[in-house]
Amino acid sequence: MNEMQILDAVERYLRGEMSPQEIASFEELRKSNPEIDQMVVEHTYFLQNLETYEATKNYKHSLNEIEAKLSEEGFITKPQMKGTAKVVYLWKKYKRNVAVAASIAGIVSVVSGSVMVIFTKHQVESTKTELVDYVNTRTKAKNNITVINGNTAITMPPQVDFRATGFLIDNKGYLVTNAHVVERMKNIYVQNNKGDYFTAVTVYTDKNADLAVLKINDSSFKETGAIPYTFKKTSYDLGEQIFTLGFPKNEFVYGEGYLSAASGNEGDSTAYQLSVSANPGNSGGPVVNKNGEIIGIITSKDSKADGVVYAAKSKDIFKMVEDLKKTDSTINIKVPSGSGLKGLERTQQIKKMEEFVYMVVGNANQ
Amino acid sequence: MSTIEQENLLLKGLAHNDKTAIEAIYRDNYTMIQAFILNNSGSVDDARDIFQEALIVLYEKSRLENFSLNCQIKTYVYSICRRLWLKRLQQLNKFSSNVDKLEETVPVEEEIENHERKNNDFILMENAMSKIGEPCKSLLDAYYLQKKSMQDIAADFGYTNADNAKTQKYKCLVRLKKLFFAQYKTE
Repeated sequence: MNEMQILDAVERYLRGEMSPQEIASFEELRKSNPEIDQMVVEHTYFLQNLETYEATKNYKHSLNEIEAKLSEEGFITKPQMKGTAKVVYLWKKYKRNVAVAASIAGIVSVVSGSVMVIFTKHQVESTKTELVDYVNTRTKAKNNITVINGNTAITMPPQVDFRATGFLIDNKGYLVTNAHVVERMKNIYVQNNKGDYFTAVTVYTDKNADLAVLKINDSSFKETGAIPYTFKKTSYDLGEQIFTLGFPKNEFVYGEGYLSAASGNEGDSTAYQLSVSANPGNSGGPVVNKNGEIIGIITSKDSKADGVVYAAKSKDIFKMVEDLKKTDSTINIKVPSGSGLKGLERTQQIKKMEEFVYMVVGNANQ
Repeated sequence: MSTIEQENLLLKGLAHNDKTAIEAIYRDNYTMIQAFILNNSGSVDDARDIFQEALIVLYEKSRLENFSLNCQIKTYVYSICRRLWLKRLQQLNKFSSNVDKLEETVPVEEEIENHERKNNDFILMENAMSKIGEPCKSLLDAYYLQKKSMQDIAADFGYTNADNAKTQKYKCLVRLKKLFFAQYKTE
């Protein structure tokens, strides 16, 4: 029998179109030839899928027809009471955000009055806007406070001018962020999701790829648990679904989008283009695919187009780590492997990641 | 006829894509779901969306061989919609802990998980279908969707005989299969 005859036989077998004799000899054939048996199993699975698909498609068609009919009849109508409900809802949401922001000891005030300045590289890439948040000086005075939290004293950074994002690449306290983030900062502090601050220093920058490695050098920092995400070394696919985490405000913000082009601003091959929403403060944030693999780091966005965001590529992180090891043999960074996020629901993935994504703040180079 | 018998009849109709049954279920349940969604920061479009998805879940269930509902259609549809809507709210980051519980509910976690798996398969097949091009798509549609005979298909598509049409169908099917399983590998 050739393949066509076998597949045809499988179809007739499944549909009950075979005579008892045929069935008997067909089952005999399966038993004696494991290759054919494998084909039957695979084709059966495929045909069942195809039939379910066709049936569901038909059913969806009926649903739409009936919905259209009932809408025309006036059975499904739009009531007029939506407006106010939404306003009340937004107000409630806003109120809660204010409360959360205030509870993080008010380092940065996000309520009205604070001015957000966006830094723009004016030389070559005129439409590229880096996403470091410039924090209003008005709030500086509030920051000279020491908060006692349980047994640990957490000293607030003396002065905060910039805010961006970074994330752990090694649980001994190495973080990745953007070169343009650390360039601006004289003193760097990172804050984890529990609200603890640590001092950090830049150990390496790669301006070309716009990447940097930070090391937490604070004695109160304890090695974290295993990092759940991995870094993707190989190619990526256009249209691949991605999500981001970052600090465009004083708390975690989640963003969702897709990979829209293989190169960045004006054909920049060290970056790719995403379609996602990002704002000042998102710089240095991880770009994660659905398997929980880091595929890039947010660097900038197009100031002229909406939702066009650029990200450095994860393979350049590997390159940077290699280069770093060459320049300083005492540094031993192990890029995490083996994804603990694969197959999890998005909300679970985020929950597991939160502990490893840090707010990076600092004050100006003076 | 008792309520249970009536409901079983409706579900049997649903499993066979019977429009009278679908319409009856729409009329009996839609208003309740719309009220629920509107009360919980949704729009009419959200309500239509969620309700359709719930009817797909019900359809998938009604097609199972040893299927039983163990509760009224109304309770089931409401439970599914409520769960789907909570999920949607969470995805939109609109965590709201106090979603109205107007009616009694039954546990539906497992059903929703099954449905998501099936929906995923549906999307994979839809993707593969969108890539095979014509005349393959129409040919497979005619055979598997409209259940036309090979003779009719040969006449419709201008093949000289049923055997020719069958060979074409076979080639198309193999292509579709390749596209379909390729997606599993890249997953």
